[in-house]
Amino acid sequence: MPDDILVDIEDLRFSYGGRPVLEGISMKIPRGKVVAIMGGSGCGKTTLLRCIGGQLRPNGGRVRLEKHQVCEMSHKDLYRLRRKMGMLFQFGALFTDMSVFDNVAFPMREHTDMSEEMIRDLVLMKLEAVGLRGAHKLMPGELSGGMARRVALARAVALDPMLMMYDEPFAGLDPIALGVIGQLIRKLNDALGATSIMVTHDVQESLQIVDYIYFISAGRIVAEGTPDEIRASKDPFVHQFIHAEVDGPVHFDYPAPSVQQEFLRGVNHV
Amino acid sequence: MFNPLSLIRKLGHATVDRIWRLGFATRFLFAILKYSATSFRRLPLTLREIYFSGVLSLLIIVVSGLFVGMVLGLQGYETLQRYGSTEALGILVALSLTRELGPVVAGLLFASRAGSSVTAEIGLMKSTEQLKAMDMMAVDPIARVVAPRFWGGVISMPLLAALFSAMGVMGGWLVGVVFIGVDEGAFWAQMQAGVDFRYDIVNGVIKSFVFGVAVSLIAVFEGYDSAPTAEGVSRAITRTVVTSALAILALDFVLTSFMFRGTS
Amino acid sequence: MNRTVLDLWVGIFVAIGIAAVMFLALKVGNLSSAHLSNTYVLQAKFDNIGGLKVRGPVKSAGVVVGRISDITFDPATYEAVVTMNVDGRYQFPKDTFAAIYTAGLLGEQFIGFEVGGEEKMLKSGDVIKKTQSAVVLEKLISQFLFNKAADGQDTK
Repeated sequence: MPDDILVDIEDLRFSYGGRPVLEGISMKIPRGKVVAIMGGSGCGKTTLLRCIGGQLRPNGGRVRLEKHQVCEMSHKDLYRLRRKMGMLFQFGALFTDMSVFDNVAFPMREHTDMSEEMIRDLVLMKLEAVGLRGAHKLMPGELSGGMARRVALARAVALDPMLMMYDEPFAGLDPIALGVIGQLIRKLNDALGATSIMVTHDVQESLQIVDYIYFISAGRIVAEGTPDEIRASKDPFVHQFIHAEVDGPVHFDYPAPSVQQEFLRGVNHV
Repeated sequence: MFNPLSLIRKLGHATVDRIWRLGFATRFLFAILKYSATSFRRLPLTLREIYFSGVLSLLIIVVSGLFVGMVLGLQGYETLQRYGSTEALGILVALSLTRELGPVVAGLLFASRAGSSVTAEIGLMKSTEQLKAMDMMAVDPIARVVAPRFWGGVISMPLLAALFSAMGVMGGWLVGVVFIGVDEGAFWAQMQAGVDFRYDIVNGVIKSFVFGVAVSLIAVFEGYDSAPTAEGVSRAITRTVVTSALAILALDFVLTSFMFRGTS
Repeated sequence: MNRTVLDLWVGIFVAIGIAAVMFLALKVGNLSSAHLSNTYVLQAKFDNIGGLKVRGPVKSAGVVVGRISDITFDPATYEAVVTMNVDGRYQFPKDTFAAIYTAGLLGEQFIGFEVGGEEKMLKSGDVIKKTQSAVVLEKLISQFLFNKAADGQDTK
């Protein structure tokens, strides 16, 4: 049943300046689902997302999206494919020199020949979906963090993408805004019939809205399952992550020689 | 502790880094040229940048040009008076401005006024992931952001330099003719007899065009290449102003030695 | 910023820029007066051209009638060959006399035409036969001193 799989990742490897970030990741993301990729900061989640979007070329492995091999596509084909992808960046990445309206209209103006009236209607519809139709005249600088994230969400779904990617959609939001964004992600995914990949380290919120979860640590998948399976998991890593314990399989300390050794070394060799 | 080996290593590293950046900048220029068709097909994008780098630089160019011309008028008069040839003031002011001061000083002002703001804008867009977001929306940032800013600068610069020279001549006229009382007829007649359109003015315009290309390329490149942090952007702005100034002065020497060699 | 206001400002900016170039071309430079579209070429040979420069003026009765386009050295005759572009509106007789003058004591040097009386006119490519070289100040002074010395000996 390969048709049910929208994104198929096989043994993906990536290293950044000689330092391995991803060490063989394989995952299948079915159509219509919301999938979360979780892990501590700096474990390679964002890198994985950018490999799927084709912004980074992996050192090994393959990413298949529908029938396209993302890692081998030319610049031109990749751009054609990206029109069917939407991505929400960590802090929204709204264009600061354009109003909210122009931000949402941007992908439509760049990629379609729609008339201004039609664009206007569509933009207001998208903004309505995120509850910010009244703010279309504001500049991004006048928005709060949560509102900016919602505008960015409206912009990401402007062309009704088949694949949505979220890079830390909950970072830096208050609990109310966080809940709003969470619900919007679920609602938009089901309304558009899209597939969503969400990179996050916010466990509680994700468990409520996603269909499937992958845990990544040190460039490898360490656990996976549906929210219920994850909650019931006995895996020490998952346990530590969900209950936010300080020490466990993920260590508190950055790898270093022992304190005693370090003090005996002297200054010159630091 | 002095270590000659590490000094040499540092020097070598810096040199390799410079050459690497030079190569990258050249590749960047070709990328800009490749995507330039878009910035002319979608003229409003480029017009916007002409507004930001050209129109907003008008005031500083007009005022500086006027003052430089007035200083030239005063100093020129002081010196020419000793040889009793104050009627040559016009040609002195006009030649200094059209050949050298117009393009060079306007270029330096342009680099610090418009170049730095272009670098800051692109650098901030990069650090807030706006460029990556654009790329993910299948819009090439070089075509949409970089190329219009580059061409806006290239188009604005010669116009600003010509305006600077014209204002400078007016400043020289103001001090020389209106304040000091040099004969007006002699002032203009000597100027017109001594300044050749093709040789002096066109060469000056060519210089300002070359400076415009250099400053614009440096500004967009430093912005695009900046480290995506607050410190990285501020360093990039500094580098834009310093590198542009050095590039303008070095290019000016090269162009001058080609254009004005020994004939006049 | 409203689009139309922006367009207006850019329009004003470009207009000011072009006006500045026009000002430089017409008022500062000599595009209007000395742009010789219809010219013909004359040549003249001099023993010594002094400080004559390419682009220097060619005058007759004090009026600029052309510009020097090229200066070369003829290795056969050891003379300087000066090529001039002369305004097509003016014709000069065959026996025109070309001399190198200096404007003022330290001014620029130029070629002056003293018009002769012949009926036939110079054509494009012709060489002016009668020329007078530049006056070299050092020669003049040494000549003067030499004459003075000679005078002194005579009166003894």
